[in-house]
Amino acid sequence: MWTHLQIELYKIFRRPRTYLAFAAITALIAVIQIGLLVDGKEYTDFVMADFAGSFTVDGKILNGYFICYVILQLLLVHVPLLIALIAADLISGEANMGTLRLLLTRPQSRTAIVMAKFLAAVIYTLLLLVWIAILGLLVSMWVFGTDDLFLMKSSYVVIVKESDVFWRYAGAFCFAALAMVTVAALGFLLSFFAENSIGPIVATMSVIIVATILSTMNIPIFNTIKPFLFTTHMITWKEFFDFKVNDANEAIIGSIQNPDKIIRSALVLIIHIVAFISAAVLVFRKKDILS
Amino acid sequence: MQDIVKVSNLTKRFNQLTAVNDLSFTVKQGDVYGFLGQNGAGKSTSIRMLLTLITPTEGDIELFGLALNRHRKEILQQVGAVIEKPDVYTFLSAYDNLKLFARLSGVRPSHTMLLDRLELVGLANRAKDPVKTFSQGMKQRLGIAIALVHNPGLIILDEPTNGLDPQGIADVRNLILFLSREQHKTVIVSSHLLNEIEQIATRMLIIDKGKKLVEDSAAALLNSADTILQLNTADNEAALDILKGSRWADHLKPMRNGQIVLRLNKEEIPQLNRFLVQMQLDVLLLQPRNNLEDYFLQITAGKQHVDPFTN
Repeated sequence: MWTHLQIELYKIFRRPRTYLAFAAITALIAVIQIGLLVDGKEYTDFVMADFAGSFTVDGKILNGYFICYVILQLLLVHVPLLIALIAADLISGEANMGTLRLLLTRPQSRTAIVMAKFLAAVIYTLLLLVWIAILGLLVSMWVFGTDDLFLMKSSYVVIVKESDVFWRYAGAFCFAALAMVTVAALGFLLSFFAENSIGPIVATMSVIIVATILSTMNIPIFNTIKPFLFTTHMITWKEFFDFKVNDANEAIIGSIQNPDKIIRSALVLIIHIVAFISAAVLVFRKKDILS
Repeated sequence: MQDIVKVSNLTKRFNQLTAVNDLSFTVKQGDVYGFLGQNGAGKSTSIRMLLTLITPTEGDIELFGLALNRHRKEILQQVGAVIEKPDVYTFLSAYDNLKLFARLSGVRPSHTMLLDRLELVGLANRAKDPVKTFSQGMKQRLGIAIALVHNPGLIILDEPTNGLDPQGIADVRNLILFLSREQHKTVIVSSHLLNEIEQIATRMLIIDKGKKLVEDSAAALLNSADTILQLNTADNEAALDILKGSRWADHLKPMRNGQIVLRLNKEEIPQLNRFLVQMQLDVLLLQPRNNLEDYFLQITAGKQHVDPFTN
């Protein structure tokens, strides 16, 4: 399977389409960074307007950590589309090109083919997130410098000490990777049901949009299914930035307020990944290749 | 000769449609095995079952003496195939495609070996060009190179001349003969182009509507006792009237290309000739035709409408 994985990665990274996602992310992050570099003061004044009379901030709100948080909030909603472009094409694209039948006449088991392709999609997804981390976090830290992370929640403000921020980003990116792998697994599963790429890509995005709406709507009938929707758990990366406080209401360095929620969400996402890939293997093993 | 392929009672149903119906045949080592039938006869479905692309509804397939459903990997290591269109990765070069499929077949080919394979199919000078710049014929030849890259004992070519120009068809024909005669490969070639198969096959299977019509050596099929005879006289209408009123009436077949066609035993040809002379008919042409197309027409006569095979 290692050989097959190498070949799948080779195919993915020899296609110009693959680099579109990296180019799109580069452009998006650059636009956000340039915008905040040029007009960041007005932006922070606007978001701080509600708190302006309550207290004054000593330090630099518009630092690399803050920029990265803004980038993650904006970008992680759109990254699934970029992942679906590749993952949802892995089988349907081969069927469309006609190469699937040639591939399946080689002495490889269908399960090995599925796993190699999925692992290739996972590696692509992880590289995409590493790229976001490099541009969104490291470049922002370099351009904007570092300071305490100042986060505006709906009714309160969270200030994370500068020395306590970086590991939280590491955790948040790892969790985001798990969420995006779930998207990749969904796109990959849907790619078994079509012989062109457009259908599975659109279907993947449609499922994510519908599930996200169900996850965010506060309607009692939907509340029972929310805990089972993977989209409910995709935004749990934000939990890494909520910490515990001591009796003096001071932040406990290195703490997370609700670690159980992170573990629970991670488990739900892993169960989704396993279910999607198991279904893909079952479908593929029985599939007649007629294309 | 060892049986390379042994198919027993193979059936494939797609819902209500039976694409392959109780098909049995055997391919022996060294055969160039012609797999014949019209479009939709069940050739591609059968071949896809041989390659595990389609799961049979019923029946058994053995290749190299091993059951296909239990020894898929070992068997496919010894099989190379081109199925209908030679679709490869168009964003890669011919060389890279060949290398990729070689590795998927479990071999680590040397640079020389890859170039040798491309040389064999006449693509060595285009090795590094992207396949998207290739003609259909070049893609077909690359497909054959991919089928050969791991040096398989059995080569399965499904409609290998589809979309090729006459020169391309001749090249594929010569390549199959080379593989059979010089490299002693067993080759299964499916086609609806009977005259192409006629020139290369040592044994043949003719199927129709998923069922076997006949399986035999090419020599036996083409030298059967009955033959199709083309007759052309100075006045074909008069000749036809005379024949209809004679003992030859039962031998008459529908006219083709304005010529009278009869089906009869070879030994009866001189008697027919004498009869025509006695009837004072000026015979311009009296030609027995023993090609595969005529044979196909013979064995399917009365069973179905047979469209003329085209090139």
